[in-house]
Amino acid sequence: MPGKLKAKIVAGRHLPVMDRASDLTDAFVEVKFGNTTFKTDVYPKSLNPQWNSEWFKFEVDDEDLQDEPLQITVLDHDTYSANDAIGKVYIDIDPLLCSEAATVISGWLPIYDTIHGIRGEINVLVKVDLFNDLNRFRQSSCGVKFFCTTSIPRCYRAVMVHGFVEELVVNEDPEYQWIDRIRTPRASNEARQRLIFLMSGELQRKIGLKVLEMGGNAVVGYLQCFDLEGETGLVVRAIGTACTLEKISTLPATATHPSNSSPSKDMKDSPQAAPSTLGCRSTHSSPVHSASSRLSQGFSVSVPTLLFAGMKPRHRSSEAPRARQCRPGFGEEAPGVPLSSGPPTPLRAQTFSSFSPSKSYSRQSSSSDTELSLTPKTGMGSGGSAGKEAGPLKALLRQQTQSALEQREYPFFTLTAFPPGFLLHVGGVVSARSVKLLDRIHNPDEPETRDAWWEEIRQEIKSHAKALGCHAVVGYSESTSICEEVCILSASGTAAILSSRFMQDGSLDTEHRLSRQPLCVFSTGSERVEGDMGSSASLGFEEVVPPGCGFCHIPYDELNIPFPAQLTYCYCCRRYKVPDVLFTTIDLPTEANVTGKGCLIQARLCRTKKKAQGEGNATAISNLLPFLEYELHTQLMNKLKLRGMNALFGLRIQISVGETMLLGLASATGVYLTALPSPGGIQVAGKTPSDITYEQHISNMQKKINDTISKNKELHEINPPEVVEEIIGSPIPEPRQRSRLFRSHSESSDEVSELDLSHGKKDAFVLEIDDTDAVEDIHALLTDSPTPAGFYSCNTEIMPGIQNWTSAIQMFTSVRVFRLNANLTNQGLNKIFSDLCENLLKSLYFKLRSMVPCCLCHLNFTVAIPEDELIQVAVTAVAMSFDKEQSLENGKQSGEKTLIKAITENDEQLQFNLELNAETSSPNPLSSPKGLSEVGSHPSARAPSVDYSSFADRCSSWIEQLKLKAHTIRRGSVKTTSSLEKASPLPEGRSRSLRSNRSYSGSSVAVVKMTPLSFIPGAKIIKYLGIINMFFIRETTSLREEGGVSGFLHTFIAEVFAMVRAHVAALGGNAVVSYSMKECVFMENPNKNQAQCLINVSGDAVIFIQESELESTSVQTQSATTHTSNGGEGT
Amino acid sequence: MSMELDVFVGNTTVLDEDVYQLWLDGQTVTDAVRIRIEAGALQECEANAEVLLSDTMDQFRTFQMCERLLQSPSKVANQLLFQIPPHRQTMLIERYYEFDSMFAREVLGKKLSKGTKKDLDDIGSKTGIVLKSCRRQFDNFKRVFKVVEELKGPLVENIQRHFLLSDVLARDYAAIVFFANSRFETGKRKLQYLSFQDFAFCAGQLISYWTVGAVDNVVENMDVDLEKEFLHDLKDLKVLVNDKDMLDQHKSLVCAQLRGKIKVFSEMEASFKNLSRALVNIASKLTHTKDVRDLFIDLVEKFIEPCRSDKWTIGDLRLFLTHYSSSVHTLEAFRRQVIWDRYMGVIKSCILKMYHD
Repeated sequence: MPGKLKAKIVAGRHLPVMDRASDLTDAFVEVKFGNTTFKTDVYPKSLNPQWNSEWFKFEVDDEDLQDEPLQITVLDHDTYSANDAIGKVYIDIDPLLCSEAATVISGWLPIYDTIHGIRGEINVLVKVDLFNDLNRFRQSSCGVKFFCTTSIPRCYRAVMVHGFVEELVVNEDPEYQWIDRIRTPRASNEARQRLIFLMSGELQRKIGLKVLEMGGNAVVGYLQCFDLEGETGLVVRAIGTACTLEKISTLPATATHPSNSSPSKDMKDSPQAAPSTLGCRSTHSSPVHSASSRLSQGFSVSVPTLLFAGMKPRHRSSEAPRARQCRPGFGEEAPGVPLSSGPPTPLRAQTFSSFSPSKSYSRQSSSSDTELSLTPKTGMGSGGSAGKEAGPLKALLRQQTQSALEQREYPFFTLTAFPPGFLLHVGGVVSARSVKLLDRIHNPDEPETRDAWWEEIRQEIKSHAKALGCHAVVGYSESTSICEEVCILSASGTAAILSSRFMQDGSLDTEHRLSRQPLCVFSTGSERVEGDMGSSASLGFEEVVPPGCGFCHIPYDELNIPFPAQLTYCYCCRRYKVPDVLFTTIDLPTEANVTGKGCLIQARLCRTKKKAQGEGNATAISNLLPFLEYELHTQLMNKLKLRGMNALFGLRIQISVGETMLLGLASATGVYLTALPSPGGIQVAGKTPSDITYEQHISNMQKKINDTISKNKELHEINPPEVVEEIIGSPIPEPRQRSRLFRSHSESSDEVSELDLSHGKKDAFVLEIDDTDAVEDIHALLTDSPTPAGFYSCNTEIMPGIQNWTSAIQMFTSVRVFRLNANLTNQGLNKIFSDLCENLLKSLYFKLRSMVPCCLCHLNFTVAIPEDELIQVAVTAVAMSFDKEQSLENGKQSGEKTLIKAITENDEQLQFNLELNAETSSPNPLSSPKGLSEVGSHPSARAPSVDYSSFADRCSSWIEQLKLKAHTIRRGSVKTTSSLEKASPLPEGRSRSLRSNRSYSGSSVAVVKMTPLSFIPGAKIIKYLGIINMFFIRETTSLREEGGVSGFLHTFIAEVFAMVRAHVAALGGNAVVSYSMKECVFMENPNKNQAQCLINVSGDAVIFIQESELESTSVQTQSATTHTSNGGEGT
Repeated sequence: MSMELDVFVGNTTVLDEDVYQLWLDGQTVTDAVRIRIEAGALQECEANAEVLLSDTMDQFRTFQMCERLLQSPSKVANQLLFQIPPHRQTMLIERYYEFDSMFAREVLGKKLSKGTKKDLDDIGSKTGIVLKSCRRQFDNFKRVFKVVEELKGPLVENIQRHFLLSDVLARDYAAIVFFANSRFETGKRKLQYLSFQDFAFCAGQLISYWTVGAVDNVVENMDVDLEKEFLHDLKDLKVLVNDKDMLDQHKSLVCAQLRGKIKVFSEMEASFKNLSRALVNIASKLTHTKDVRDLFIDLVEKFIEPCRSDKWTIGDLRLFLTHYSSSVHTLEAFRRQVIWDRYMGVIKSCILKMYHD
C-alpha cells in the first residue's frame, strides 16, 4: 500500500436546476477511485450546495495511482426514481505523485457532462501521501516527470539526454462494443472517456518505467496520440525523450561532470536490477517482420534536403523533385583548398540518377531495412562509409559519438530545441510513411502488429539518417491518418549530428576520454577536423565554430552527397561547406544567424482517389503518396524561393486520407540563414516562343513572380549581405553557363540574360511551362497573400528578428469544415483547399488585428477528412504582440522616420540596389511598368538553369513559370518600401490601449494563460506542476438548438479551454505551456439533429512570475546579441 | 460547396466592441456585415467580405453564448467558461444593460408585463429600433425590476450591486423601476415633449427626497415607494391657498422680491394665485394613488402650460419658484415648513427640468 489518496468535497456552485417543481437541486457527490466509492450527504434544495465533506481516503498501489483518475460524480438525489447524474469531473492524480510538481489539487473544477457540457462547478481538495517504495521490482514509475515541452524545460538543466522512449497500448473501443447498442450515449461516452484516461495513465507509467531503466528521471517532448481505429480498436501511443534533469537552483551548478551528478547515479541501480517484464517489450529483435501478413506497402522518395522513405515492394524509387544548376562554390578565397564540391551538375547528375526511374537528379535512397527492397544498394548509404572517405579523423569522431548513440535502439529525439552545443550539424529532413490495412487486434496485451509497424518505420528513418551521414534524428514525431480500414503511418524528423556531451553514459565515459586525445592531436590539421573535433570535445566548441552557423555545415561527406545539392562555403565562417537549402523539423536554434524575419510557408495539395476497398484501396493510396510528397516538396521549395529564403524550420507534413481524396499539408517556417547562399530567383520558361501572346503571358507571369519575390524580401526584411560577396568575388562565369541546359533552346538569350541581371550573380531557379497545369500551379504559387502589415507568422517557437515581446498573448483554436461538391478535379480541389487555408489565415489576422504589431507563433494546422466531401482544418496558435519601437529599428519600416538607425539601414539597401539599378530610389510602386523596361536595357550574364525535362511534365512546366520571374527581383527591394508602409498605417493607438488593458487584475477567477510555446514572454517559469492530458467527448441530440454545428463546437472548445484552465488553477498554476490540441474529431448528422466531437489536449501546467527588471534586461541583452549579429551581417 | 462549420475560440475571449454594439442593436448578421463594410472595416487588415462575414458570425455567436451570463451579471466574474479581463466584463455588462432612451421613454411608467411586450412591435416601428433590441431592453427592465422590487435598501445601490452597473446607468434603471412601480402617467399627448432624461431626473428627485429611504438611512427601508406619511402630511399645505390672508401675504412677499427682476412680472402677479393653488392642490391630492400617477400631467397642465403661454423664461421661472418656496418661511402662521421644503424642493427641480419645448 504505497499511497494514500485523500479527497474532500467542499462545495458546488452554479448547479443546473434538476427539479423543475422547485427550481432547485438536491445534490450529492460520489467520489470514486478504482473500485472504491464514497458518497457525500445530500445537500437539499440548493444550486450552491456546501457539502464540506470529511476526507475520503483511498489506500492504493502507486501503480493504480498512475493509471486511474479520481472520478467525481455529482448527482441529484431523487427519492422515487433513479438519481440523475449532473456531471462528472476526472482528476488526474499524476502531478501529485512527483515531489517537484504540485502538492495539492484545490479549486473550482467544472462539472462536465458529455451531453450537456459544463453544468456548474465543484470545489474539491485532493492530496496524496506517498510512502517510500523500496520494492525494486515495482511496476510503477512515480516520480518520473513528464513534459510536453520539446526542449529542456526552462527551470531545469539537462544532465544527460538518454534518448528515445516509446510505448503503445491498445484496447477495444467502447463505442464499437456490442453493449453500445443498448446503453445510452452518455454511458458510452463516459466509458470511452474513462478508458482513454486509464490507457493514458498506463502508457505514461510504462514509459516512466523505461525511463527509469535508462537511468533518467524525466521525459521531455512527450507526445501522446490516439488512433481511433474504429472496429479494430483504440490505440494510445506515446513517444518522448528520456532525460536526466536537474533543477536549476539559485546556487551555481556544482556538478560539473554529468556522470558524477547524483540523479543518474541513483537511478542506475534500479534499472539494471529491474527485469523489464512490463515496461520494455523487447520485440525489436529483427527488422524483418512477418507481421505484414496483410498488405503492407510503402514507398520511398528521396529529395534534396528532404528524404522520405517507406517500403515499396518493387521499385524503391527515389526522385529529386527539382534540379538546380550547380553553383560554383565560394571556395576561391582559400586557394589552398582544392574545390572539393564535386563535379558540376551534369556530371553529378549522372552519378546519382542511375537507379532512379525518372532518370533525373535523384538517387538511391539506401536503407538497410526492408525485406522487400529489390534494388541494389548504392555505396553511400551508411554513415560509416562516408566517414571513411572523409578521413580517419572524421571516422573516429563519428564512431565515438555514434557509439553513444548506437547503444540506443533508435537514436531519436523528440526535442526541437537543444541546449547550446548539443546540436552540431543538421543533415536534412528524413521521413517515412507506410500504408497499412487495419486488422483486429486479437490480444490487446500484445499489440505486436502495431509495434511492428512502427518499428519498420523507425528503422527506415534510422537508415535514412545514416544515409545523410548523421547518427541521430532530432525533432522526431509520428502520426497516423485513418480512413475506414486503411491507415497511413508517418514519421519524420531531422537527421543530425549531436554532441556526445549530453549523451555519454558512465560506461562510455572512459572511452570518450580516450577518443578525445587523438582528436586533439590532429586538431591542428585541416579545418574540417578541427570543427568536428571541437564540437565533440565539449570545451572548445564555441571558439572553433561560430555557433551561429555551425549547425548548417553539412554532416555528410561532400564527395558522396546523398542528394543533388550545391555546396558552398559557409557564408558566415567561410570554412565549412553548407548546402544551398536546408529543411528541418526542429525549431530555429536560438544562436542561428538569420537575416531578416521568417514567415509561415505552406504547401497544400489535394488529390482525388477512386473509391476502393481493402487492399486495392491501400495500393491506390500508396501509389499516390510519392506524387503527393513530391509535389508538396516542390511547392515548398518554390514558395521558399518566392520569399527569397533558404531554409525551412519546423517542417511538418501532414497527409490525410479520405475515401475519395488525399490531402497533403506541409507547414514550415521559412527563414534566410545567413550562413547559406542567397537563393536564386525563379524563372519561368515557355516552350513555344513563336506565339507572341504566349510569350507575353509568360513574361507577365515572370514579372508577377519577380514582384512577389521583391515584395516578400521587403516584407521580411531580407537584405543579405551582398557586399561581402562582392569582396570575395569568387564566381566563375564558366560553370554557370555550362549548367544551363534548356530543353527547348528557343528561348531568346536576352531574355535569359535579363533574368540573370536581376539577381546580381544569383542563379535562378527555373520552371518551364508546357501545359495548363503549370499555369495553374503558378497561380497557386502567387495566390498566397502576404501577411497584412503588422503581422508576422511562423509555426516555430520563435520568430527571428523579433525579441521584445510584450506580455500580451492570445492563444486560440479555430476550426473550419468545408463541404465540397462532388466530382471536382484535382485542380479544383487544390484551389479550394488552398483558399480554405488562406482564408483561415486571413480571418485570423483580421480577428487579431487589435494586437498589431504581433506575430502568430506556432501556427499549427491539422487537416482531416471527417467524411466524404468534407475537409476539416483546425489551427491552434498563439498571437503575441511585440513592441513596435524595436521592430522599427530592426526593420526598414521606419523609412519615412528619421531614426538614425533606419537611415543607415536604408543606405545599405540603396547601396545594394544601386549596383543593380540606378533608379532604386525612385518611389515607384510595384505595379509600375517601368521596371520591365529597365530590365531589358541591362547588359547581362546568362541565368544558369537546368533542364527539367527529365522530370514529369508537371515539373518541367514549373521551370518555365519560375523562369519568367527571375528578372523582377532586382527592382523592388527598396523602392517600394516607403509606399508599402505608408499604405498600411497600423492602428497604433488602438493596440496600445488594448495592451495596457491586458493586465487583468482583481478577477475572482484566476487568469490562466495558455500557449503552445514553451515559454511565456516577459515572464519566468518557476515551477512545472505536471502534465495536463485531457480527453473529452461531447455529444448532442439537439444540434439546431445549440446553434448548429458551429455553435456546438464553439461551446465545446470553450468548455475544453475552461476545464484545462480550471485544472491548472487547481494545481496552483497560472499558465499552460506547450499546449496542443492533438485530436479534434468532429462528426455530425444534421438530419438527425446530432453531432459528436472528441477533443484531446495536452500541455504543461506551470507557475510563472513576471520578470523583474533585472531579469528582463538579461533577456534583452541576450536577444540583442542575436540581433547585432544579424545587423553585423548587414553592414 | 459551403462552409459547414467555422469557429474561432480564444483563451481570452475575443470581443469586438463595434460588433457587440451591432449585436446589441439587434442587427442580423447580414446587416451587420453591411454596416461594417460601410464603416470601412474592409480597409483594416486587408479583409474581404468573406472574412468579415466569418468574423461577424463568430462574434455574434460568442455574444449569444455570453448572453445567458449577462442576464445575471454577478456570474460573469466567477464563471469559468469565458476568460474575460475584468474591464471587458464591465464593458460587456454595461453595454448589455444600456438602452435607447427613445425606447425607455415609450415604456416608462408602463407595467412591465407580457401585455406590454406585445406592444414592442409598435414601439419598434415607432422608434426605428430593431425589435430584437427592443426585446432585450424590455427584458432587462423587467429583470432588474423583478430583482430589486422586493429588496430593501437604497434602490440605486441595489441595482448596482446586483447588476454591476455604473452609477449613471444604475440611476437610470432606478428611474425605470420607480416609474414602473408607481405607474406614473407619461404617455399622454401633452407629456410627449418630455424626454426620458427629463423623467429620469424627476424620478431621481422623487427617490432622493420623497421615499422612505430618503429620510432615514436604515437599510431595511424601501426605496421604491413614496413615503405614505409624507404624502399624508402634504394635505396640511392646503392652508397656503385656503387661508386667504396667507395667500395674499405669500403673494405680496413674492412680488416684493421679484419686482423688477423678472420680465413677466405683471403676468406673474396676475396668475400667482392660480399657480400657487395648482401646486398646493397637486400636493394635497397625492394621497391618492391615481393622483400620484398623474403627478407629471398635472404639473404640465396646471403649472407649466400657463407659464408657457405667458412666455416665462426659464430664468424667470427659477426666480419665481425660488422665492415662491422660500418666502413661505416668513409666513408666521404656517407651521409645516419642513414638509413644504421637502415638497417644493422636488417640485421646483422637476418643473425646471420639465420646462422646455
